[in-house]
Amino acid sequence: MKRSSGLSLLVMALGCSVLLSATVSAAEIRVAVAANFTDVIKQLGAEFGKQSGHKVSVSSGATGKLYAQIKNGAPYDVFLAADEGRPTLLDEEGVSIADTRFTYALGTLVLWSADEALLDKGQFAKGQSDKAQDVLKKQAFSHISIANPKTAPYGRAAQQTLEKLGFWEQLQPKMVRGENIGQAYQYVYSENAQLGFVAKSQVFKDDAFTGGSYWEVPIDMYDPIVQQAVLLKDNAPARELLDYLRSPEAAAVIQSYGYSISE
Amino acid sequence: MSPDDITALLVTLRLAGITVVVLLIIGMPLAWWLSQTQSRFKTAIEAMVALPLVLPPVVLGFYLLLALGPNGIFGKASIALGGGTLAFSFTGLVIGSAFYSLPFVVQPLQGAFTSIGQRPLEVAATLRASPLDRFFTVVVPLARNGFLTAIVLGFAHTLGEFGVVLMIGGNLPGVTQVVSIAIYDHVETLQYGQAHVLSGLLLVLSFTILLAVYALNRRFAVVRI
Repeated sequence: MKRSSGLSLLVMALGCSVLLSATVSAAEIRVAVAANFTDVIKQLGAEFGKQSGHKVSVSSGATGKLYAQIKNGAPYDVFLAADEGRPTLLDEEGVSIADTRFTYALGTLVLWSADEALLDKGQFAKGQSDKAQDVLKKQAFSHISIANPKTAPYGRAAQQTLEKLGFWEQLQPKMVRGENIGQAYQYVYSENAQLGFVAKSQVFKDDAFTGGSYWEVPIDMYDPIVQQAVLLKDNAPARELLDYLRSPEAAAVIQSYGYSISE
Repeated sequence: MSPDDITALLVTLRLAGITVVVLLIIGMPLAWWLSQTQSRFKTAIEAMVALPLVLPPVVLGFYLLLALGPNGIFGKASIALGGGTLAFSFTGLVIGSAFYSLPFVVQPLQGAFTSIGQRPLEVAATLRASPLDRFFTVVVPLARNGFLTAIVLGFAHTLGEFGVVLMIGGNLPGVTQVVSIAIYDHVETLQYGQAHVLSGLLLVLSFTILLAVYALNRRFAVVRI
């Protein structure tokens, strides 16, 4: 008797949790976002939620991973990629809604260290930081982290930068690859890697760097990181969110995280 | 299979092999103590040993990321001993795998030790066998199948490790890029063909290993998993 009542309680609890999860997912816009933009879309989603009453739920990951998920039927409404390649492909493949693709931000690559003294602070004439190049040349560190160049646009930008500087081959043994830019940052933040290429948005809040030392990689060292958004499921709330992302007030928030806005 | 995939496979086999050796060294005394003790801490220790069975590997990976870093306990120890930090290193993976596969080695050993009972040891003691002598000449041969199960399961479980490596490995080809990470990479880049080859290989390998364990257990009926 006692055992069966315990069992029925368990079944009821399971049932409740299933019901709860069903009601929560009812009125929400599901956004798949590249890891570098996660903090920004969470802030923007909260602002947008206050205005519209819609709930924005955020799934973040590497752009390549999210693209693979979307192609395999992942139930996202909006895709905020870290590049223009994947959204374009989705357009061409007829997966996304036609004529909804636009550039929501231009990303900036930063070489960052938690160590205040390792790199410089600030940008330099012609974008050259002697100190950063010196550190890379002397390999005065045991690990440098980048995002996986195969799946993450910031990883590809990091590769292009290192190739341009001529350090790509030499640094291979010291290079650790995060699954996405979020993990690349995690490796540096936890000081397991002494420095790493991260998105400026990860170390830049409210128009200022949040700590450590850094070298803002000049934008001519890598292909522009054109971050594009695309609509995946046609519904009014999701379209409203995309419109909001193009508004001047959203642009101000996006820029405060260190992104540029095209146009 | 590409050369990178073969490298990943070799790294994985090496990791599993070394982890099993480390776990036997740690697990043998631990399992023996658990099988003999009347201590009131026994239940708590048993629960701790079994923790990796239910704990998400990323939780383990997260704590390891902190513990292996320059401010963590393992990281500090390693730096004090003249090494670097342990994340992104093969040693770091061995530490992670040892936690991750601990119950798969300790539990079969404990079961085998318990099933031997006190009688053979008492008899050996009356013949003046020392405790160490009793362990190696009486317990170990009698627990042979427990050892076999422990070795095989510890090895097989480490083969499939993913979450821990994803958190602390850094995806270094030849060092920390194991098969599961290579598969993940292939899937992310939509190279499903290569993902199939490696996944199929792991599937067959894991099934064969389990088949061997169950066949052995049926025959000798010594250990229940």
